Amino acid sequence: MSTQASRASARLMISPAVLLLLGWMIVPLAMTVWFSLQRYNLLMPGMEAFIGLDNYEYFLTDPAFVTAIWNTLALVLGVLVITVIGGTLLALLLDQPMWGQGIVRILVIAPFFVMPTVSALVWKNMFMNPVNGLFAHIAKAFGLQPFDFLSQAPLASIIGIVSWQWLPFATLILLTALQSLDREQLEAAEMDGAGVFSRFFYIMLPHLARAATVVILIQTIFLLGVFAEILVTTNGGPGTASTTLTYLVYVQSLLQFDVGGGAAGGVIAIVLANIVAIFLMRMIGKNLEA
Amino acid sequence: MKNLTRALLGATALVAAGFAAQAETITVATVNNGDMIRMQGLMDDFNAKHPDITVEWVTLEENVLRQKVTTDIATKGGQFDVMTIGTYEVPIWGKQGWLVPLEFSADYDVDDLLPAIRGGLTVDGNLYAAPFYGESSMVMYRKDLMEKAGLTMPDAPTWAQIKEAAAAMTDKASETYGICLRGKAGWGENMAFLSAMANSYGAKWFDMDWNPQFNGDAWKATLTDYLELMNNYGPPGASNNGFNENLALFQQGKCGMWIDATVAASFVTNPKDSTVADKVGFALAPDTGKGKRGNWLWAWSLGIPAGTQKVDAAKAFVEWATSKDYTALVASKEGWANVPPGTRTSLYENAEYAKVPFAKMTIDSINTADPNHPTVDEVPYVGVQFVAIPEFQGVATAVGQQFSAALAGTTSAEDALANAQALTEREMKKSGYIK
Amino acid sequence: MSRAVTPRRKAITTVLAWIVGFLIFFPILWTIVLSFKSEGDAISAPLNVLTSTWTMESYEAVQERSNYFLHFWNSVVISFGSTIAALVIAIPAAWAMAFVPGKRTKDVLMWMLSTKMMPAVGVLVPIYLLFRDMGLLDTRTGLVIVLTLMNLPIVVWMLYTYFKEIPSEILEAARMDGATLRSEILYVLTPMAVPGIASTLLLNVILAWNEAFWTLNLTAAKAAPLTAFIASYSSPEGLFYAKLSAASTLAIAPILILGWFSQKQLVRGLTFGAVK
Repeated sequence: MSTQASRASARLMISPAVLLLLGWMIVPLAMTVWFSLQRYNLLMPGMEAFIGLDNYEYFLTDPAFVTAIWNTLALVLGVLVITVIGGTLLALLLDQPMWGQGIVRILVIAPFFVMPTVSALVWKNMFMNPVNGLFAHIAKAFGLQPFDFLSQAPLASIIGIVSWQWLPFATLILLTALQSLDREQLEAAEMDGAGVFSRFFYIMLPHLARAATVVILIQTIFLLGVFAEILVTTNGGPGTASTTLTYLVYVQSLLQFDVGGGAAGGVIAIVLANIVAIFLMRMIGKNLEA
Repeated sequence: MKNLTRALLGATALVAAGFAAQAETITVATVNNGDMIRMQGLMDDFNAKHPDITVEWVTLEENVLRQKVTTDIATKGGQFDVMTIGTYEVPIWGKQGWLVPLEFSADYDVDDLLPAIRGGLTVDGNLYAAPFYGESSMVMYRKDLMEKAGLTMPDAPTWAQIKEAAAAMTDKASETYGICLRGKAGWGENMAFLSAMANSYGAKWFDMDWNPQFNGDAWKATLTDYLELMNNYGPPGASNNGFNENLALFQQGKCGMWIDATVAASFVTNPKDSTVADKVGFALAPDTGKGKRGNWLWAWSLGIPAGTQKVDAAKAFVEWATSKDYTALVASKEGWANVPPGTRTSLYENAEYAKVPFAKMTIDSINTADPNHPTVDEVPYVGVQFVAIPEFQGVATAVGQQFSAALAGTTSAEDALANAQALTEREMKKSGYIK
Repeated sequence: MSRAVTPRRKAITTVLAWIVGFLIFFPILWTIVLSFKSEGDAISAPLNVLTSTWTMESYEAVQERSNYFLHFWNSVVISFGSTIAALVIAIPAAWAMAFVPGKRTKDVLMWMLSTKMMPAVGVLVPIYLLFRDMGLLDTRTGLVIVLTLMNLPIVVWMLYTYFKEIPSEILEAARMDGATLRSEILYVLTPMAVPGIASTLLLNVILAWNEAFWTLNLTAAKAAPLTAFIASYSSPEGLFYAKLSAASTLAIAPILILGWFSQKQLVRGLTFGAVK
């Protein structure tokens, strides 16, 4: 029921956002694409030359490139699965009546407030270190050999750390969705004889679907760019076992100040990320319509 | 009369302007290592000597700092007036003309600077950065554990002797590991150690035509011995251990030996944090008899970017921080053991400083390192534990990853070397060093 | 007329929830514990940590060494500044997309999100050069601009989702009562959307508070926020856990307090489909 007038004013209202984002996107993007076609190393100025697609070729033929893509996908999917499922369970738990709900809520939300660098350092040194870490001490107390998390299972460890950081976010959004659920519908179903599981699957789950969609979308964006945690814990290794696409761009370019190479890597990363995004929207986009 | 008044007013204005113009603020970028933090705590002395200069600090962790200052100096961002840089950056940046050549007053006594360090910071006869503290690497070992094993550590051991000592001191059941070495991947972490170790094995990064040398016997021997030492006598999880992790292990008494930076000596002999403070002995980094030892050379130095508007103020600060007076100041406030080491000959001729247990070994280590001739064979580059070319950071980190994986057991030594060779070749071809 | 919640059931739930909450919170708790220890104690075995002396020396060292309040204030200005700027731009945009959806709305939304896909590492140098030329390096204004633009897509998205929840009947009723567009937004929409706006605000403040790439690379001494404060304690040569823990505690305390007081807002913010 939108009139011509409101349509016009609607466009007016969207325009600042669109224009700003357009500028923010176009200008650096244009510069990045321009640099990606050049041989431009900050440490060797005066040697800039147009080299066409050489930077792209170099980046794509890097033996670590394919590994990086797989690792990125594994990281994103792993964290999404853990946080969405874990978040739902936590939300169900926190939705129950209990004493001190406010405090428990803050305890659960707290990891989201900690800077990624700090949480990574804490996990690496205080928990996962095979000599001094807490897990090592617990293992030794049971007479077991401590497990070297960051060397033997680097990607899994990073997935664990990042999941811990993002679990609060998922829990929060799913919890509030849960709390806005119409209780009467649930009670009616219970009186009709529906068991706990069918109540969950047929009433609660669809309601949570939209919230879960928001969680997945927003988290995917941030997870694709996870960087600090890898830098602080494994540096992408051992070998290339925990190198993601963003980290590869960093190693290939920023580390040696190769602006051209970094730009090419950045453009490739954007293209791939957009493909993932389109996929996502196809799969769950309909949840947002209803 | 009018003219006189005008002249007087003008003169006053000039003097006032002169005063005001002199109240300058300089921004100093530095690493968050202990000696720099100490310098920040001693700023009263500087402010007393130069009341018209205010210093603003930017203190960051090494990798972040390096990224910031390099980006800034290369793009002429102008954010910093004094930068803390190392012997890796100075040759590259000096050649580019990005740093201000430094000249000091006579009582600064620039000839007092240790020749090896001064050489690492000079390009074409110009000194481009003043050394704040310098370091080499050496062996730190537990005298009590050596005694228990019935061995003595010579002042200049060989790698074979190190191996013997490590085997004798290891007792995994009691969490005592014969030797702790760096395993964390990074050009400044495990590769610094391994490059220096490789030098002592007669290996080199590149031959005179810039071909990488990982497919040679010398590197193979280096990596094999390193892995043997670490797998048999090293702590678990070593592939993630850098300087700090090994320091923690040593201070807790879990390492029999630790080959690392000479500055570590002041930490491990500090009874406040170290449980083995009085049990530490020192020896030169080992060799294999080929004429080069496995010790490196590094100096954190203060340089002035060429575009800065406040050259005089910056020079005043640099001169103050690296002068003999500053050394004496630290000694008077915190004792000789905490003086920034490794920059001046006069420090090591000082009777007071000679009492510090690690002083002699530090200076001996520094003096045997020559960044201009780091290897047994001739090479086209300078740098003992690094190669002073811009591509080195990225390449060495990737190679470091391979070697770290070999230590973690996820790659074999042969594959690690083959991968290192392949990726270094690829990078050198891209940068135009080889066809 | 629901099934009565027995005290026994409540007790079990409470215990379970507290255990889970404690486990999740534990790393942060540990950090706080370590901040009250000396460096040597901080790396010793866990039980030893609990029984060794409690000391304020790490906090003292941090106080002496860094200007906490400068960094704190910078963080506040940058986080809240960029969030408010983002809200001012995003509220009209989200309104338009939620209530006057066109054919292209979905695409515009998707495109907005895609601007966030660019990895910051790849675009650092172009932005640095731009800022250098515009004199925005090491200024709070520069950072506010960057963070606003970076988080604008998220803010628009979240607001769009909330606004879609608001039943359009109410807005139509207001319109039929003769309200102008402006008053419709100000007097009808905003009050109903306050919970949603509040939770978006809080979430965005947190994201901006913890952003550690741009804030480290585009600042030097004057505009450096708490992320730079933390970076000056991380991984130097030598033991640092106690001091880093102290610095971290100081850095997350404001946000934790903010979160504690606004958690009702945060939780009530999303109504996802409930029609009152």
